[in-house]
Amino acid sequence: MTEKTVLRKQESWISSILRHQIIIPIAALLLLSLFNLIADPSFFCITLGHNSAGNPVLSGNLITIIDCGSELAILAIGMTLVTAASGGQDISVGAAIAISGSVIIRVLCGTNTRPDTLQAPIIVAFLVACLVAMAFGAFNGALVAFFRIQPMVATLILFTAGRSIAAWINNNELPVISDESFTYFGGYLPGIPIPTPFFIALLCYLITWAVLKFTTLGLYVQSVGINEKTAHLNGLNPVLIKLATYILLGLCVAVCGLIKVSRISTINYSVIAKDIEMDAILAVALGGNSLSGGKFNMSASILGAYVIQFLTTTLYKFNVQSDALSAYKAVVVIVLVVLSAPSVREKLSALVRKLHTSGQTTPAA
Amino acid sequence: MKATRIFSVILSAVLCTTALTACGGKKNQLIKVGIINNDPNESGYRTANDKDLKATFTKENGFDAEFRYSMKNDVQINDAQKFIQDDVDYLLLSAADMAGWDTVLKDAKKAGVKVILFDRTIDADESLYEASIVSDMDKEGETAVDWLKGQNLPKYEIIHLQGVMGSAAQKGRSGALDKTAGELGWTIVKQQTAEWSAEKAQQIVQSVIDSKTSFNVIYAENDDMAKGAVAALDKANISHGVGKDVIIMGFDCNKWALKELKAGNWNYDGQCNPFQSSYIKDIIDKLEKGEKLAEKRIVMNEKGFDAAQITDEDVETYGIGT
Repeated sequence: MTEKTVLRKQESWISSILRHQIIIPIAALLLLSLFNLIADPSFFCITLGHNSAGNPVLSGNLITIIDCGSELAILAIGMTLVTAASGGQDISVGAAIAISGSVIIRVLCGTNTRPDTLQAPIIVAFLVACLVAMAFGAFNGALVAFFRIQPMVATLILFTAGRSIAAWINNNELPVISDESFTYFGGYLPGIPIPTPFFIALLCYLITWAVLKFTTLGLYVQSVGINEKTAHLNGLNPVLIKLATYILLGLCVAVCGLIKVSRISTINYSVIAKDIEMDAILAVALGGNSLSGGKFNMSASILGAYVIQFLTTTLYKFNVQSDALSAYKAVVVIVLVVLSAPSVREKLSALVRKLHTSGQTTPAA
Repeated sequence: MKATRIFSVILSAVLCTTALTACGGKKNQLIKVGIINNDPNESGYRTANDKDLKATFTKENGFDAEFRYSMKNDVQINDAQKFIQDDVDYLLLSAADMAGWDTVLKDAKKAGVKVILFDRTIDADESLYEASIVSDMDKEGETAVDWLKGQNLPKYEIIHLQGVMGSAAQKGRSGALDKTAGELGWTIVKQQTAEWSAEKAQQIVQSVIDSKTSFNVIYAENDDMAKGAVAALDKANISHGVGKDVIIMGFDCNKWALKELKAGNWNYDGQCNPFQSSYIKDIIDKLEKGEKLAEKRIVMNEKGFDAAQITDEDVETYGIGT
């Protein structure tokens, strides 16, 4: 092997990594980790303790991140599919989470707002919430797929009305569930020190991975997103596929709703999952996916979701002033999104190549 | 021909009924009230507020009340104009925004409609309304901070969970704590906005626990955030409540929160009184008798509850929701 081929091999290795989509969230993650490592290494400290119920629990910033970022990760799965197929985003997911959370509480409480025992098994409540959330997903999907309304405009309807619907489901009351087993989904299973939401997110990811691997759903979604007409000519039904992605997002919403209401055993219609739609869209963007549809990388989106939570936790840790919190977040987001823009990445990889070749040639000369 | 005749019959019938109802209205002497409020779904506070108004302004109490809800200022202004055209006697208003009300209130004045503001004030000349009934958020904060001062803790290390920045409740409740903490040298370990959300509050308190900083007071500007904070403490097995390691303070007096207080899991809850209807009714009664009001700005009585003193009766009377 001559020196030149080695060089070319290394070169292509580096640039192929740089061109890989998942590099963006990974780079962001590394950047944030590095910052925390320099500023205060105790950020990564994890300790094993006991909660007041006597169960062992792990705690630490990293645990908080995998705990609180999980809902966002689950949402990112559905949002990625919707974005890829319809070239637009669903901005009603926060309101839809309020609805499905409200449904769960309604089924569990019946007409009593403070039941001592659950009126229905949790699984039944969850399945009802799944149906409701999927119905609302189908509503959004129908507007987008059949009536060809811009996704953001179509979902604006539910975005506006959703929280009122959620309040109406429970007659505007604030029921509180006191059953211990209901807290498992947003908290800890007895004896397991890792927060349950992480396992739920992991399960969702594995299912999605299997579906994308063993069925043609991913391929269909991408081809519809890239060119609807060509997809149609090739025997696909773009309308059905778009509708399916919105219904799948509805399913993700129901899972998030369960985790959210389980965390606090009650619901607050106006603040539950507030602004989560923006974070979900950001997760998709951070994953390097094109927001105008087409090809997508599911793992990158999910990692993007955890990056957002990483950022939030970092900002909380460093005592950022309350009124400046969103400004800090905005700055970091701008940097990350600019870095992930294709043109910037092209320039960066060119720069790396240049540095690399000059580094290789200097000692030879 | 036939059509015209039918039309005229219908028209005369309509005219007669209107005339009759108008007479009926005068005979019963119902006071016509138009109430413009924010969406009752906005919060538990608003729901309680709406229920309270509906319970007071009934036919039995001599009122003919109509309700309009919106969280948008322009919609509210439209509703107000419709009420003025309908010739209501009183216009009760909880405005979504402070600005933009001058013109419509001038119209009201011209039409002889008396305006009473409740819950929220507006940027308009005082002569345009009869009275405004408000919560004094500064005072709510001061009451709470005075209570905290009275606990005479050996040291004060406070986690301060703020509401949505810039809201009246946040300003008042933060202001009082900031001031006293500055004067008495209390340490504020963490001051961060959780935007009224239990979940964010939980994350913030979690981050303090993870950084191993010690604290002994949680000052949350609403009940939800106090609940989130308690969830984080429970997870870390830190005791809280009466006679325990950490003092928990909340605001708004939700019934579930007062029950926590009664059980000794929390220490203090400050009231933000949603029951304005009795104050409004008093004013209307006075105005109907032709009396003058002593003051335009009426601040409601608001209590602060201490876990050691709260009774079951208090929980029932002052608790919001079910």
